[in-house]
Amino acid sequence: MIFATVGTQGHFDRLIRTIDGWAGANGRTDVFAQTGPSDYRSEYIRTERFIDATEFRERVEAASLVISHAGMGSIITALELGKRIIVMPRRASLGEHRNDHQLATAKRFADQGSITVAYTEEDLIERLDRLQALNETERLTSPASPHLISTIRGFIGSGRAVADRISYNSAENGNAE
Amino acid sequence: MLRDPMSDGNSVPEISVPLRGVRPKVLAVSSGGGHWVQMMRIKHAFDDCDVTFVTVHESYRAQVPDNQFYLVNDANIRTKLDLLRAARRLAWIVWTVRPDVVISTGAAPGYLALRFGRLLGARTIWLDSIANAEKLSMSGDRIGRSADLWLTQWPHLARPNGPHYTGAVL
Repeated sequence: MIFATVGTQGHFDRLIRTIDGWAGANGRTDVFAQTGPSDYRSEYIRTERFIDATEFRERVEAASLVISHAGMGSIITALELGKRIIVMPRRASLGEHRNDHQLATAKRFADQGSITVAYTEEDLIERLDRLQALNETERLTSPASPHLISTIRGFIGSGRAVADRISYNSAENGNAE
Repeated sequence: MLRDPMSDGNSVPEISVPLRGVRPKVLAVSSGGGHWVQMMRIKHAFDDCDVTFVTVHESYRAQVPDNQFYLVNDANIRTKLDLLRAARRLAWIVWTVRPDVVISTGAAPGYLALRFGRLLGARTIWLDSIANAEKLSMSGDRIGRSADLWLTQWPHLARPNGPHYTGAVL
């Protein structure tokens, strides 16, 4: 099962059209795409304009591969559920977004090594061909940084605890004197 | 510290007993999509707290069934009327919840919540979205300086006076 998603903010037909074509050429009938506000009529893949958050998670969970725009919701959910993800950033020059921040996001994540980035349609087809040949299904794991969690937890707990500690200590000092 | 271990051991419960009874009230505010997913990634940091989540889609409620949950309309800097509606709603929520800590992963609703939280004496945390890999978000840049804890998720964006980097949600 392949799940493609472009988020809710605008259509991204360049991505959907490429996947549709690839699915047709490879006889894949197990591709589902969330297309956003798009009028593109797909030939080979099933589509839905919008799906709710619960179905979104279920779709990612059921997929062996996620293909998406460089939106954080898609990237994080895929990585969180240990799924392989190919990301194609929206381009401002093609009217797909207000600016090219998706390009920057995609590059950073690609540098981290956690995602695969397809910068062009040809790129995407090549990546899909390669992954299909490998047919890898093992999960990747990626917990949130324990240090980040402990920083926030410490901050929430400590403000109060530190204040108490300070007053306790000064009371203690007062008694000692 | 210079006291003998026995009395030191006795003093610890005296400090922690009153603390144990009081669970900090956390107000966690985020927009939809990636902002919400990132909030879910850090929710274990609030395990010992009474958490109220505020976000923009009813369908997210199912992911936090054991917590208080409020909806706010989404807004951004270009939609002044929505911003006003969100502000009114968040002012009411902050007034009702009276949080000890307000935390947000963005975007505009979180900015507003931190502002109101601060007015009522809450401590504030801004975790800038991991999506902002090249520069900080507009909300983050505006609110970060006044947040008590200002975090970025990219080491190259960290600065000595904040934002600080201590890891990312991935």
